Formats: sequence, structure tokens, C-alpha cells
Amino acid sequence: MKLNRLLGTAALAAGLYGTTVSGVQAADLEFYFPVGVNAPAVETIQEMVDAWDEAHPEHTVKAVYAGNYEETTTKALTAAQAGNAPDVAVLLAIDIFTLVEEDVVAPFSQMATSEEDKAWMDSFIKGFTVDTVFGGETYSIPFQRSTPIFYYNKDAFREAGLDPEKAPESWAEMIEIGKKLVKKDDAGNVVQWGTRVPNLGLAGLWLLGGMVYSMDGTLTTDSGTEVQFNTDATLSAISFLKSLAEEGIMQPGGVTWGDTPKAFIEGNTASMWTSSGNLAFVNDNAEFEWGTAFLPGGNHPGASLGGGNFYIFKDTSDDEKAAALDLVKFMTSPENAAKWAISTGYVATSEAAWETAAIKDYTAQLPQALVARDQLPYAYREVATFQRKRVAQIMADALEAIIAEGADPKASLANAQSEVDKILADYN
Amino acid sequence: MSWPVRPTQQIGTALDHVAGMTLAAVLAVLWGLPLLYSVWTAFHAEKYSVQFDLTAPWTLQNFVEAWNAAPFGLYFINTVLLSLMAVSANFVLCTLTAYGLVRYRFRWAGPLFALIMVQMLITPEILIGPNYLTLARLGLIDTIFGVALPYLSSAFGIFLLRQTFKTVPASLDEAATMEGAGMWRVLWDVYVPLAKPVYLAYGLVSVSFHWNNFLWPLIVTNSPEARPVTVGLSVFATVDSGVEWSLVNAATLMTTAPLVLAFLLFQRGFVDNFMRIGIK
Amino acid sequence: MNKPLGISRAIALLGVPLVLLITFTHYPLLQSVVSSFWSKGTKIRPSKFIGLDNYAKLFDDPVLAKVMWNSLIYAAVTIPVTVALSIAMALLVNSKLPGRALMRLSFFLPTMLPMIAVANLWLFVYVPGYGLIAQVMIWLGLPDINFLGSSETALWAMMVVAVWKEAGLFMIFYLAALQSIPQNLKEAAVLEGAGKARVFRDIVWPLLAPTTVFVAINAMLNAFRVIDHVVAMTNGGPNNASALLLFYIYQVAFGFRDFPYGATLTVLLAGILGLFAIVQFKLLDRRTHYQ
Repeated sequence: MKLNRLLGTAALAAGLYGTTVSGVQAADLEFYFPVGVNAPAVETIQEMVDAWDEAHPEHTVKAVYAGNYEETTTKALTAAQAGNAPDVAVLLAIDIFTLVEEDVVAPFSQMATSEEDKAWMDSFIKGFTVDTVFGGETYSIPFQRSTPIFYYNKDAFREAGLDPEKAPESWAEMIEIGKKLVKKDDAGNVVQWGTRVPNLGLAGLWLLGGMVYSMDGTLTTDSGTEVQFNTDATLSAISFLKSLAEEGIMQPGGVTWGDTPKAFIEGNTASMWTSSGNLAFVNDNAEFEWGTAFLPGGNHPGASLGGGNFYIFKDTSDDEKAAALDLVKFMTSPENAAKWAISTGYVATSEAAWETAAIKDYTAQLPQALVARDQLPYAYREVATFQRKRVAQIMADALEAIIAEGADPKASLANAQSEVDKILADYN
Repeated sequence: MSWPVRPTQQIGTALDHVAGMTLAAVLAVLWGLPLLYSVWTAFHAEKYSVQFDLTAPWTLQNFVEAWNAAPFGLYFINTVLLSLMAVSANFVLCTLTAYGLVRYRFRWAGPLFALIMVQMLITPEILIGPNYLTLARLGLIDTIFGVALPYLSSAFGIFLLRQTFKTVPASLDEAATMEGAGMWRVLWDVYVPLAKPVYLAYGLVSVSFHWNNFLWPLIVTNSPEARPVTVGLSVFATVDSGVEWSLVNAATLMTTAPLVLAFLLFQRGFVDNFMRIGIK
Repeated sequence: MNKPLGISRAIALLGVPLVLLITFTHYPLLQSVVSSFWSKGTKIRPSKFIGLDNYAKLFDDPVLAKVMWNSLIYAAVTIPVTVALSIAMALLVNSKLPGRALMRLSFFLPTMLPMIAVANLWLFVYVPGYGLIAQVMIWLGLPDINFLGSSETALWAMMVVAVWKEAGLFMIFYLAALQSIPQNLKEAAVLEGAGKARVFRDIVWPLLAPTTVFVAINAMLNAFRVIDHVVAMTNGGPNNASALLLFYIYQVAFGFRDFPYGATLTVLLAGILGLFAIVQFKLLDRRTHYQ
């Protein structure tokens, strides 16, 4: 890094004396990114950023790991309002409405205008580009995308006399199979649950969205101004979720997101619904044979898409924007997208990335990783509206009230619906 | 429990003693267990983190991984700088204010003291929203100084020192003045020495506060260069992709170990000194 | 000691501290009041003057009602429990019981960990199925409890964490106070036939009063301003069952980006604390009359 800075300074000096080295102005980029605890993700980002830095000695880039998704968005927005915006950041794809409303991001469609650039912007898998567009402009580039998949313990399936190659496909099958997977000790206490579906907070809402989609509904529409929470699709998804606890298949009450992979590794649950981003963690720590499958669905499979995209901030000089754009192109190139997917379990965002030799080797060794890609046709974006955080919080609160307090589903949904309608009334 | 008793009370005392022992044991175990558990987890591979197999191999691998995954050394230095900055400013500024309030007479002293006391209850963390905006206008976001700034002047410290300075005998002050000592001399030779126990008690509270403080630095810092340990830990343990307990516990112990070790080394001296001086 | 304070002395002694206090306490307080009359604004939809609408909203906000109730219970439980436990700890550590040094260490260590570290640690204690408590429950053949995942227990779980962390620090202050109580006072009382409870009530407790005031003020402040464990452990859930007032302010201002409503809530919290202040000054006043 130091050497790069030195070279950068030298290049700048050369530029001042009229002998332009590269014809590009030096840019100092600040890049915010969010990831979880697993160290490989941070290391991989740093490696990729360093590689870009080395290839562009005239620029410097400082990658700042700013916390989880919500914190990173909060930080970037707060910093932007205070006039200290980062130049480029990976933020939740669904925060596009908030970022546009706060007028802090610059559209890629106005920066990347050459034919080559357009081809690049078209190279991403369609499911991921839905939430990059607002008002006809493309504001983000898919990068750190994930989708929940079904993980199951094949040894536990065998032990229960089930076919380890046949994961449950429908909710009915989930309940039937789940019952067989529950194990109790002599005192009658459960030592192994059938499954684990996180149902607390925004993560709970994320999974609920997929269930609703499998019933041919969506929690929010593409416009970002409409919520469809109080619907039959949501009610059936919730009644399935409740039945898991009622039938004794899942731990009653609130199920946390963060503890779920660990519960699976520990054999506390025979299966779990969680992000494809946990593939690496499970692969490193599971001491049993495990498989992945589509999430069981209502009418058909269904899942939410989640994760983060690249955004470039408005309050950035043209030179810095150009450098940032180059960095984004570099990070989302097929090779790097593949590398990123392999080290973390995030879903590679372009078809070309799935064609690289590296990812083919990887999926040959870890076929479980293919499920996330194959499930994409059944996946829809997560709850995305203006005022997303507040709207999503109201919906998550309603879900928690139903799950953890036994509130009446119909009434809770209706109540939440009218609250979010009030908030979104300003936008319609 | 420590005072002598009459013989007729001895049976009751024995019962008391048993009750005391039981209470002591229960409390000590309750208080110690979570920490022991954390030590167990930090020194074992992830797969043993919740299995208490006494033959499980001990390892330092978690510490190595956690150390490599985040700049904890830097976070620690930041916290030390932050605490030092805040405590030294607290000492100086609160002393000056308390001295001014106690030793001098001026018209608005009463209302001024009331105005200062407002901060005793409405502490800066309650005003995080507007204070963030102020700090941004000053261009101090993402700096250690910015984290410390709202806390440098403290009503609590002023209150404690004012109470203490009030007990300084007028004769001492007058004697020193007669001998030709100026304002600063009198402060340094007469007032400050008498307030030593208060500095110790307040210093302890203040250091422990900054060592703990989380929400404000979380909001104000963005980059590792300014992040204190608390924010570093929370950023490290964020649960988007599942919690690796062994790593989180290793990081927790690693960052708190220096202060704990310092306490273990100096605890006799520290606690004894603290108690000898006593707080009034 | 009533020398006149000249302007230069006033500046030297009071200048910097007052500027800082005003900038970060009085000015933001005023700013909160002012912005509470405005609506949430974004670049595209600028903030509008809405008079008292935000205050009307306070009465109409179901989350706030819950949060207020939570904060009240939290303060009403943690303050006395922390005070009582820290006195008990100080008495134990100050006694002649074997293993005192170990006890002192065990009580004091939690206070050396930042709250956020404590929260990380307690997540592992509370997690159902395989956490520390769950393992004990399973070993005893009892069903385990979903502490953080159910609305009945989440707030109590937060209180336990707070008390666990704070009692040890206050113990040190009580320990110092206990050691400054003259031994002969207690001896004299015992010779007069007073039982231990009497000795404690009539001699020890009154002499600990200044320490209790100090500890109670600090415990009260912490009850309202420390929310790190809520952020790290439950994020206020389930369904706001463990959300405290300051947490809600943080969520509204920084999460929902509704600074004006956050400011309104800040004014509310400041008002509550101001009320406490008046009560406390009255109490302190009464105490000074005794002396």
C-alpha cells in the first residue's frame, strides 16, 4: 500500500511536470463494505482491492469494513449528509429507494455509457438487476448477493429412516419429514429439532417474503410504494410457520438468525433455512454429511433475494467516479465474482462468472453451492419500499408479535398494513 | 460478620455463617461462570465451544485468527488514547470550574451551577442526534478527538469537586494567600491535594465509562483508525452470516485482557489505596 | 472565600468548560426542541414546519407506549437490585469468609469488560438448545427457556446482564465506605445486645448513605443511557419487548432517519430525567437538613 501511494505520488508529480504517465488523475477512494464475522470475506475483499490498487498505481483505495448491512447503510447515509460520503460502497440492494430519496448516489447508467460498459451492465443475472433500477436509471451493480436455501443433515435423515437424497419440497412434506427428525431425551425434552426457520427481526421477514412468494404473492411491489402484507398468501405462510412450532418440529417462540448455523452444526436441529452465505461456515465445521436443497414452498418453491450491490456516491469528483467505476468493474469481473462467491458462499451475480474454471472446480467439489443459483428463477427481491427501515420494522414487529406473543395473525397483519399504508401514503 | 459476638449468639452466628457462605458461593459462581465459559470457548476449537469434553485439546488458534481478522491492537490503542484524553481533560476542566465556583463570588453563580447540573442528568448520549450534526459541522467525524469532545467537560466531575473544595478550610486558603501564593498556586497546593480521593473515585468512573462507551463512538466513527475496542468488537461479532463463538470470545478476551491483567497485578495496591482514602 | 471573580479569571477558569457544556448539552437540547416542530425531511421531500404534530404523535405511538413501560420497569428493577447486590457483595468481601479474594475478583471482573463484550458473552449464555443455561437445564432434565426469543423474558434477560455487569463496580465504592466505618461503633452496638440486622439497619446503612446516593445516581443514569446490550443482543425485540427509550431514539433518528421525531423523543427523555433531577435535589436537600 505504501509503495502504491509512493508510486501514486510519483505519477502525480510526473503529471504536474507535463509528462502524464497514464492520462488519469489520481483518485483516493474510500470504499465501505459490510460482511459478517467470517474472516475469509474481509480478507477476500482486501485481496481484491489490493489487486486493483496494484494495477492502478495512480489511485489509492481504502476499504472500510463498516459493520453489518444496516449499520453500513446508516453510516454511509449519515456520512453523506454530513458531507463525508464514501466514494463507493456495497449497501443493501433494497436501499435503492432510500438512497435515491436522500439523493446521495449517482446512477451507473450515466457514468457507464460506452457500448462496452452497457454490455457489462447487461451481463448480470436478471433476478439481481430488478432492484438496481429506479426511474429508468441504473443505480447499483449486483455484487454480494445471497438467497436462503435449505440445509439438512443427511446423517440425521438416515437415522430417522428417511432418504438422505430427498429433501422436503412442500410445506406439507416439511412437516411430515420434520416430525420424524425430532429426537427427545429420556426426560422428554427435545435434543434435536426437525428444522429451524429464523423468524425474528428483519431476517425473519426476509424468509417470510420467500414463503409468500411461493404462494404467488409478494410483500412489496416493484414501485417501492406499495406493501401487500395483509393477504391470504401472507396468512398461509404465517400459518405454516406457526404450525412448525405447534407440531413440535421447531423450537417454539422467537428463533434468532445469528445462532441458527451454530444450532445446525451442533446437531440441535436436523435442518435449517438460512443464507447461502453460510456455505463456507457449514462446510468448515459440519462433522456430518450435509446437503442443500430449494426451500420448501407452498404452491411451488420460493425464496427472497438479499444482499448488497455496489453504489457510487454523488458527492464525488468525476475523476474519482471514473476510478470508482473501474474498481466496481474489476470487482464484478467474472474471475473476481467467482473468487468472491467461492470464498464466501454468496451467489455469483453474472452468468459468465458461473462459467469460469474456478467456479466449476468449486461446484464439482461442493455441489451444494449450485442450489442457490438454480433456485434463482423462484426468487424475488426482499421487502423494498421508500422508508424501508421503518416499513420493514413494522412488518417484522407484526411477525414477532404473532410468533413470540401469540397475537392474532389476521388482526396483526391488518394493523401493520394500515400503519405502513399511512407511511407510504406520501409517496403515492 | 466481622465483629465479635457474645457466646449466647454463637448458634445463630453459625447459622449466619452458613447462610453467608452459601450466599457467597452462589453469587461467586453466578458471577464467575459466564466468564469461565467464555475462557473455555476461546481456548477450544469451534466444535468444542459448547461441548464440555475435558479431554478436548486446548488451542490458541482462535486468538491468532481473531487477531488477523481485525486490527484489535489498533482498536485497543484508540480506546487508551480516548480514555486518557477524556480523563485528563475531565480532571483539568472540572477542577477549574469547581475552583471558580467555590473560591470566587459572582452574581450568576447560582444559576450557572444549575445550568451546569443539567448535564449531570441529560448526558451527551441522550443527545446523540444533534451532537452528531454538530460534530459533522466541526469536521470531527471519524476522529478520536471527536468521540471524546462531548465528554471533556463533565457536570458530574464538577459536582464532586465542588462538594470537596467546599470542605477546604478557609484558614488554609487564607494562610497560603498571605504567604503570597497566587490563584494557581493555591489551587495546586491547597485544593487539589485535599481532593485526591475524589480524583481517584471519579477517575475510576470516568475511565470505566469511556472503556465501555459504545453507542456514541459507533455513530461517530467509520474507520478502524478511530474505532475504539467496543465498536471494533461489535463490528467483528456482527451476525449477518452466523456467529463463530470461539472467535468472538477470543476477541472479547483478547481486548479486555490488558485491563484485567493490570487489575490483577495491581489489585492489592489499587483496592487498598482506594479504600484507605475512602470516598466521602 | 468570596473574592470577586474578574473577567479574566472567569475566562481562565470557566471559559473552556462552559463553552463545551453549552455546545454539547444546552445547544443540542435547544436544537432538539426546535427540530421537534418539523417533519422528517429528505433531499427530495424537504422538512416542513408541523407545529406540535410530533408531540401529538407521542400519544399515538404504540411502540413508544411499550418502550416507556419497558424503561420504567427496567429502571425500577435494576436500580434497587444493583444497589442491594453491591452492598451484599461488599459485606461478603469485607467479611472473614474464606475465599474472599476470589470472590472479590469474581464480582469485579465483569465490570472490567465493556458492556458490548458482556453482551456477546451473554448471548452464548442465553441461547436455547446448547447455550450455558440450556445445557444446565438439559442436564437437570428441565425444558430450556427461549430467553431472548420470547416477549415475557427478553427484558428480564437484559436486566440480568446489566446487574451482572454493574454490581461489582458499585461494590468497590461500598467496600471503601464499609472500611471507613469505625469498628468500635459496631462493637458498642453488639455489646448493647443488638443483632446483626439491627447493627446493619441502625449503624452501617446510615453511614453508607452518601455512598448509596452516589451509587443510586450512577445506577439511574446507566438505566437510561446504557443500551449497548439491547443493540447487541435483541435489537429491541421480539416486537419491541426489550426496547428501551434511548434505544428507540437511536432507532428512530439513525435507523429510520427521522431526526425530528427522534428529537421529540429526546425532549421527552430529557423531561423525564429533569423530573428525576428535581426529585433528587429535593431528597439531597432533605439530607443536608439532617446534617
